Amino acid sequence: MGFSFEKLKAGLTKTRQSFFGKVREVLGVGGLDEATLSRLEEILVGSDLGVATAERVLSHLKEETQRSGIARDREQVLSLLKSEIKSIVVDNGSPGDFEESLFAQKPSVVLVLGVNGTGKTTSIGKLARRFAGSGKKVLVAASDTFRAAAIEQLELWAKRSGADFVKAASGQDPASVAFDAVSAAQKRGTDIVLVDTAGRLHTKTNLMEELKKVKRVIGKALPGAPHEVWLVLDATVGQNGLLQAKTFHQDLGVTGVVLTKLDGTAKGGIVLAIASELGVKVRYIGIGEKLEDLELFDPEDFVEALFA
Amino acid sequence: MFNQLTEKFGVIFKKLSGRGKLTEENVREALAEVRRALLEADVNYKVVKDFLADVETKALGAEVLSSIQPGQLFVKIVYDSLVELLGKNAELIKTAGAPPTMIMAVGLQGSGKTTFCGKLALQYKNKGKRVWLAACDTQRPAAREQLKILGDSVGVKTHLAGEDAVAGALEARQRSLEDGADFLIIDTAGRLHIDEELMNELAKMKTKLKPTEILLVLDAMTGQDAVNVATQFHQKLGLDGLVLTKLDGDARGGAALSVRKVTGVPIKLAGVGEKLADLEPFYPDRMASRILGMGDIVGLVEKAQEAFSQEKAEELAERLRKKSFTLEDFRQQLLEVKKMGPLDSLAGKLPAAFSRGMEAGFDENGLKHTEAMLSSMTPTEREKPHIIDGSRRRRIAKGSGTSVQEVNQLLRQFEQMAKMMKSVSKMGKFKADLLGRLGRF
Repeated sequence: MGFSFEKLKAGLTKTRQSFFGKVREVLGVGGLDEATLSRLEEILVGSDLGVATAERVLSHLKEETQRSGIARDREQVLSLLKSEIKSIVVDNGSPGDFEESLFAQKPSVVLVLGVNGTGKTTSIGKLARRFAGSGKKVLVAASDTFRAAAIEQLELWAKRSGADFVKAASGQDPASVAFDAVSAAQKRGTDIVLVDTAGRLHTKTNLMEELKKVKRVIGKALPGAPHEVWLVLDATVGQNGLLQAKTFHQDLGVTGVVLTKLDGTAKGGIVLAIASELGVKVRYIGIGEKLEDLELFDPEDFVEALFA
Repeated sequence: MFNQLTEKFGVIFKKLSGRGKLTEENVREALAEVRRALLEADVNYKVVKDFLADVETKALGAEVLSSIQPGQLFVKIVYDSLVELLGKNAELIKTAGAPPTMIMAVGLQGSGKTTFCGKLALQYKNKGKRVWLAACDTQRPAAREQLKILGDSVGVKTHLAGEDAVAGALEARQRSLEDGADFLIIDTAGRLHIDEELMNELAKMKTKLKPTEILLVLDAMTGQDAVNVATQFHQKLGLDGLVLTKLDGDARGGAALSVRKVTGVPIKLAGVGEKLADLEPFYPDRMASRILGMGDIVGLVEKAQEAFSQEKAEELAERLRKKSFTLEDFRQQLLEVKKMGPLDSLAGKLPAAFSRGMEAGFDENGLKHTEAMLSSMTPTEREKPHIIDGSRRRRIAKGSGTSVQEVNQLLRQFEQMAKMMKSVSKMGKFKADLLGRLGRF
């Protein structure tokens, strides 16, 4: 994990300080008083956690420190805060355990969705590379039949990552592309099918219906599929990220989040709100423009970066 | 949210009961609510701090006129300050003295630059201008093809850059100049504000190309980081304007306020849909409403404007001025409102002060009955409700298949409503504005 953290770190600003450094500074010598709580709230809100989640975390922290009488003990307050936040995002087991269950069936189908411009197509390219790199046979389905040149973009990524590629004729129904891809995968002995979809705002009812249809049709081609539904979320997104996740989850049953563009200065704190409200955890993070710039989500690193 | 805010303000300022001045204690309490609303709308927390300080100064000691409630006054102060900060009037894109006017779109990945370029090209083309596009996104695979496809569908020429984005932009300038173009719109690769190499590329493009305008394209869904992004782009390039995209979603768009505040650069255009025609001037007042959680009202107003015929609305306004709101007006309103869609969703969109009065009269289930009762009245009865006595009530009930109790209820509701209409016409300017926007409801 050390390697990944270094990489994440390298993408962040120069003024980066560790979680403990920054919080230690905030806590000062007085421990957890009102001024400190409000400064901590600023840090959390500034990381896009949202007021409600930040308040929940901090009021719990306050209670706990008072209950156990450690409010003046800086070090203990620190580790309590850290584990408080980690408990929200952490999954049972170690990062990547889910990848094993992902390959329990063959082929495994992953439906990838999100609003416009979050990096769905790029993430699929990276995922294809990741899975192909570990010796899996990958098929990428270009169901984004809306955005101009989206298919060409994905085709290039597929080629570079060494994945099979199924594309639509221009204007073809996205559901039928997905159906063709899943059927082809069954014949070809593919391990995993990654289905790219057109970006859509969660508020567009008709486009959400189209997505539901894609999911239904995948299930017809292969009962039990899709096995995973991943929401691609831009780390720069603010409180609207929670609304997005809620709607996509309600309509399509999201099983995981791919958090992209973490190589900027944005912290992606909204995933904490998502994890705590919907129970949906982050699976992968995107940290650059190259094909290999995708990693498993590590809660430890994430919490560090929040306070960087 | 706005309803909640208004109500909260109402409670906080209740003690003042419509007289005197806003007090320090009241204002502090109300400011805490504003703070929360702004943070939930993604306004940067530092910007929120400054904004609140500004509002506090304006609000403290503000005279509460007898015509409006202190809560309303406070909303007005907040709203006006927001509008002022967002820029009072929509600013337009400058044009160059000697054509072509060169507009460079820059921003983070996925903010919507390429789509924006296509939309802007269409807008100028529709004005009869000769437009060129320059596809200089040399980073993302197939980005140049995407712009070319958009350009083709708009019907303008697109120059595709090779591997060197800056050289590509210069070639495009040359070609568009020779072609006698009025506008050249340059699409650039999405980049992180901390990517020094790519930021330098933009700076170099600026120096060599000397564009008329550099616009930062910003996703309306952006969170707290918008400030960092805009600051860095502005420092490096000296931005001329902002373009806010994806406003057709339900993001409150507080990032617009943050960016405007830290850079001082005007917001010029807004992307409001996936179709190429979905580009609008930026309306600061609408944005202020949206950030405060009044976004739905804007949508409602638009719906209302579509559904209400202008003529009828004016007629009603005329009657309201003369304070002669009759059952016939009520009936006309019901018919117009029906065109706007499901009523329960509508009530939720109205500000609290309105919805309370309306819910009774516009209950979805009761609507058909109400309509039937109104239709069972004679035109004279509708114009002069006071003549409806017991026997007329029985006849109306029979004619509409309802009961006398229901007719009584309707008449009571109507009375309430007429009263509300009167008090509304007496209210201060802010309310009147809102009212006007609501299709003169």
